[in-house]
Amino acid sequence: MSSTAEGQTLRKTALNALHRRLGAKMVDFGGWDMPVEYPASGGLVKEHLAVRTGVGMFDVSHMGDILIRGPQALDAVQWISMNDASKLQEGQAHYSALLYPEGTFVDDVIVHKMGPNDYLLVINAGTREKDHSWVRKNVGRFRCHADDVGDYYTQIAIQGPKAEATLQKLTNVDLSQIKNYWFKHGTVCNLPNTLIARTGYTAEDGFEIYVPSDVPTSERVWNEVTEAGKEFGIVPCGLGARNTLRLEGKMALYGHEISDTINVWEAALDRYCKMEKADFVGRVALEKAKAEGLKRILVGLEAVDRGIPRDGYKVFDAAGSEIGYVTSGSPAPFLKKNIALAYVPPSHSEIGHEVFVEIRGQKVKCKVVPTPFYKRPKKL
Amino acid sequence: MAYPKDYRYTKEHEWIQVKGNTATVGITDHAQESLGDIVFVELPKIGAQVEAGKSFGTVESVKAVSELYAPASGKVIGINESLNQSPEAVNQDAHSAWMIKLELADAKQADALMSADDYEKYVTEEK
Repeated sequence: MSSTAEGQTLRKTALNALHRRLGAKMVDFGGWDMPVEYPASGGLVKEHLAVRTGVGMFDVSHMGDILIRGPQALDAVQWISMNDASKLQEGQAHYSALLYPEGTFVDDVIVHKMGPNDYLLVINAGTREKDHSWVRKNVGRFRCHADDVGDYYTQIAIQGPKAEATLQKLTNVDLSQIKNYWFKHGTVCNLPNTLIARTGYTAEDGFEIYVPSDVPTSERVWNEVTEAGKEFGIVPCGLGARNTLRLEGKMALYGHEISDTINVWEAALDRYCKMEKADFVGRVALEKAKAEGLKRILVGLEAVDRGIPRDGYKVFDAAGSEIGYVTSGSPAPFLKKNIALAYVPPSHSEIGHEVFVEIRGQKVKCKVVPTPFYKRPKKL
Repeated sequence: MAYPKDYRYTKEHEWIQVKGNTATVGITDHAQESLGDIVFVELPKIGAQVEAGKSFGTVESVKAVSELYAPASGKVIGINESLNQSPEAVNQDAHSAWMIKLELADAKQADALMSADDYEKYVTEEK
């Protein structure tokens, strides 16, 4: 997360005034004035549980969008991202990442194949400018355009087991026909040709919709979703719940689990990195890193003793030597445990292994547990 | 929620209720509201000495850790152990979910703190 110099104006989404009317607590997130929770509708824990058991909605318009178009768009996407975009069919998306030549992260992205020569990359808010200039620089030798289209869209995420039933009331598209990580275009809230993607950042079923970013349209869509979800107890959710939800699902957050000093193997994102596809930025360094072996790896921790491991806290072995650090840690509202993601040496990464997190001078016992911490129940 | 008239209040949003030379300490309704869902309260041991203005423990919401500052100096003679199991009691009723009881070093020390009216004015201005 990047911070904004004091006095600099924070950027606002089209729903900013609406969040304030709902009484949201606002924070500076990567230069954006965003809701962290909505105390009036119950606050963070209630928001988190609504997504796990019913439905919640998020304004995620601060996310960036880069459109790559042109006869060599696929070659460009293959060169700048680590997953194999040639495997994507039209209407399909996947998780991927943009890498530096060192094999470390520029950012993680969701790549959507919109058409044969047309790809949409959804990127993080705090890294929008950096990502865009990096993409432009690296696609330069391909016949394609890379355009920052983030400001054109209000992006609303509707997440939870009741997300489909909520959104289905507002669209003519048969949502049951959209598989996880696929998308369609259709009419939503009378807005034709709206992108509806079965994606999210909550480890729950759900959709993300992209509507025009003018204030009246954005507020109208938000209010219609609120109304449609009422019977399922829909609540507006802020970045607080978004963070605890993604942590339970072990989804990476830039600046925490992934950064420009952490490589793909360390972050344990191997399955999204296709070394066998054609060359891509970072591949050579990753080959070398693999041959040399890992010095640290991301693991899930659960506190055994009383205490909450949090971002940046140090990790020690039983002998008292410092061995790593926590990248994200929090109480997990649904699991009702205190959980964390941490970098430790591979020798300490076995499931069940005991480590100690230093919390205000006290060494609190934790154990390595399988991840993701939370996996949503399979549909029947 | 109304601020009890017989409590005194700190700028750091703790309350203290003095009875003779003992006192009960907690955090204010305003504090619990700005912290959000409270999930963890860490308190000193009975017998520990606390010093006015210094940290005597921590309270954690899902998102953040906050220090608890002692409104007055003294010896800890009681802690609210039920907060270990149900820290959310602080959200439900901050003015009755006390945290520690003190044997005061100086029974008059808390007189200098804000009254309920002054505190209410203070938090309105802070917003």
